Amino acid sequence: MIAEAGHYALVLALALALIQSFVPVMGARLRDPALMNVARSTALAQLLFVGASFVALVTLHVNSDFSVANVYENSHSMKPLIYKITGVWGNHEGSMLLWVSILALFGGLVAAFGNNLPLSLHAHVLAVQAWIASAFYLFILITSNPFLRIANPPIEGRDLNPVLQDIGLAVHPPMLYLGYVGFSISFSFAIAALLEGRIDAAWARWVRPWTLMAWIFLTLGIAMGSYWAYYELGWGGWWFWDPVENASLMPWLAGTALLHSALVMEKRNALKVWTILLSILTFSLSLLGTFLVRSGVITSVHAFANDPTRGVFILLILCLFIGGSLSLFAGRATSLKQGGLFAPISREGALVLNNLLLTVACAVVLFGTLYPLAMEVLADFKMSVGAPFYNLTFVPLFALLLLAVPFGPMLAWKRGDLLGVTQRLLAAGVAGLVVVAIIWAWTRGGSALAPLAIGLGVFVIAGPVTDMAERTGLFRLPFATTLHRARGLPRSAWGTAFAHAGLGVALIGIVCETTWNSEYIATMKPNDVAEVAGYELKLDGLLERQGPNYREMVAQFNVSSGGEALSLMTPSKRSFTTRGSSTTEAALLTRGASQLYISLGDVTTEGAIAVRIYHKPFVLLIWWGPVLMAFGGMLSLSDRRLRVGAPKPARAKQRLQPAE
Amino acid sequence: MTRKQRRMTIIGGSLAVLALAAALVLNALRDSIVFFSTPTMVAEKHVAPGKRFRLGGLVQPGSLQRGDNLAVTFEVADGGAKLPVAYKGILPDLFREGQGVVAEGALDASGVFKADTVLAKHDETYMPKDVADALKKQGHWKDDYAGKPAAATAQGNSQGAVR
Repeated sequence: MIAEAGHYALVLALALALIQSFVPVMGARLRDPALMNVARSTALAQLLFVGASFVALVTLHVNSDFSVANVYENSHSMKPLIYKITGVWGNHEGSMLLWVSILALFGGLVAAFGNNLPLSLHAHVLAVQAWIASAFYLFILITSNPFLRIANPPIEGRDLNPVLQDIGLAVHPPMLYLGYVGFSISFSFAIAALLEGRIDAAWARWVRPWTLMAWIFLTLGIAMGSYWAYYELGWGGWWFWDPVENASLMPWLAGTALLHSALVMEKRNALKVWTILLSILTFSLSLLGTFLVRSGVITSVHAFANDPTRGVFILLILCLFIGGSLSLFAGRATSLKQGGLFAPISREGALVLNNLLLTVACAVVLFGTLYPLAMEVLADFKMSVGAPFYNLTFVPLFALLLLAVPFGPMLAWKRGDLLGVTQRLLAAGVAGLVVVAIIWAWTRGGSALAPLAIGLGVFVIAGPVTDMAERTGLFRLPFATTLHRARGLPRSAWGTAFAHAGLGVALIGIVCETTWNSEYIATMKPNDVAEVAGYELKLDGLLERQGPNYREMVAQFNVSSGGEALSLMTPSKRSFTTRGSSTTEAALLTRGASQLYISLGDVTTEGAIAVRIYHKPFVLLIWWGPVLMAFGGMLSLSDRRLRVGAPKPARAKQRLQPAE
Repeated sequence: MTRKQRRMTIIGGSLAVLALAAALVLNALRDSIVFFSTPTMVAEKHVAPGKRFRLGGLVQPGSLQRGDNLAVTFEVADGGAKLPVAYKGILPDLFREGQGVVAEGALDASGVFKADTVLAKHDETYMPKDVADALKKQGHWKDDYAGKPAAATAQGNSQGAVR
């Protein structure tokens, strides 16, 4: 009964989406407010019905109703409750349902909080949202219905893929989807602007918070996914340049560019056409990501099932939306009034450089992702494009970008003073160079690249730090005045500083981890001691344990450093009987920002076990960086100037704020 | 600066960055691409020692030998030819004889494939796509690899499954 109700709710949501696709557009043509207002109610009702459908699927999974194919294939009655819930989106059908649910959520948010938008823009935006939603409802109902029943219900399910039975599944996909799908809002705004043939600075002010919100979620989602791969797969690797990872990185790069170009449009009324194009491209890349991951073109942990009809259907959606929006753009973009030009050395100029480097870096990733696919189809040979390719292409471009990052926020709008900014960045530059010298002297004769890269990271962090110290008068003025000034600075300025510093933090983590990572692989017997990076790890013994739906073999390691006992580490190997597969649960010991990492291999005939031990210096910085970036994004989002419709700050207060 | 000069600066800058990116990509394509081969293709093409490639096929039953200190040797076969592989390290959770495998590395002077990475992306019903395609092409595809319900191909993941 619940399955049928969920299915029915989904069909109703499709019907509502179809109404929302056409009626508001007609209303806008006829200038009929009543018809345009239909969009608001249908968007909210759609959210209600998709929500109900999603709740129905969750209920089925929690109740372990194995008469539903989706539950049978991906659940098990012995599975812990949390994985019964997260298992809902640990499969193709359920994850697509989550996708449309989040789409409907964003549609509902625009409907509920978009009251201060011009009515016709509001109607158009929601109509475009409904076009996307209709396509994906059809996709789910025709090719991937999660509510299908099995004629002869089995007693027990096939269990969820063991690798996915982890807390990461509760966080990573929803975060990532909030990011991917969040970009649909800026896409809808762009299409609406093209349909209306009108675009102004206010448009950018409406779009920016939505883009920022999607960007925050995408940043956290990617970081979370990377950390999950790091601790779950047992390799200690955190980024593989795998096509599905690239699929999430590309919208992030384009979305980051969009954030910055929307800023130029909002402040200076320039780069309009480019911002529209970026909005379209960002969401197109999100759709491309969905296609790559969900169509089975690429086999990986993310491709749950390889059914060709699904791939063709998503490809059709992809062509329809990307082709349609780009042709609309080609036809209408010229009619948009061009904004003013500006001096190359200025805040705008710096933001253009940012956009240029980000989009080119994104294009390089796109090339590396699609080239092997294209060659396989056209030339019929297989190849893989991996880390070496991106190290030679993406990394230099990003290094250029990072070099420019501290300059951007310090240049003035309209006409900047590069020499002045360079002087103000002198301290940061010197800090970077000193670090390069120290590390180079310390590692003696090692690769010169690592110290240089760390120096760059320090420069990227020190730039915003010295800038904020300057602006608040830290150490120059009494502390109370500094605090007062700090509070007086716009939150978006703090947000920028944190986000930019986060880049530097992540860079330092990446360089330290890849350069000074130590690895120890051997077979160990009980009471053997491994020495890794100044730590002694003694294997105490092996023991067997029974988990809820698996058996596991746990190895106990006593970790000590210089004779001082530190901790017990217990990596394990789990074997899941239902799927006949096993997973490696790595054990992690965090020391500051560094980590010790143990994962297990096979047991040999003599009772010894193969172990892989890593010491990863400053590895946690890799993820603290994105967390800082997201925190900066949230600070910016809470800036009152971004809150559309917020009353203008009082004049007297404004005079106290230094120019940005 | 006049309007025209400003525009030219921006266009010039864009072209410079694009040219730089194109140069980087072309340079990288020359020597950082790894091709996929099966043992038969290796035998036919006489791949030079030291050239990195990905080798895919089935682990020949009975060929797996474990040496000291995690050294292993096994043979990869595709029905037409066999190629000995040497690897040092921990094999993926789902590495089994008779199952599909993808290894990355290069041939040494004696014709042994020295692998530095071994991926076994499969469970009891799943074959790596590269391997399946290659076997199909050579007519060694057996029906019992395919034809399983779609859901069963949700992969049993081993280390490196995300690679």
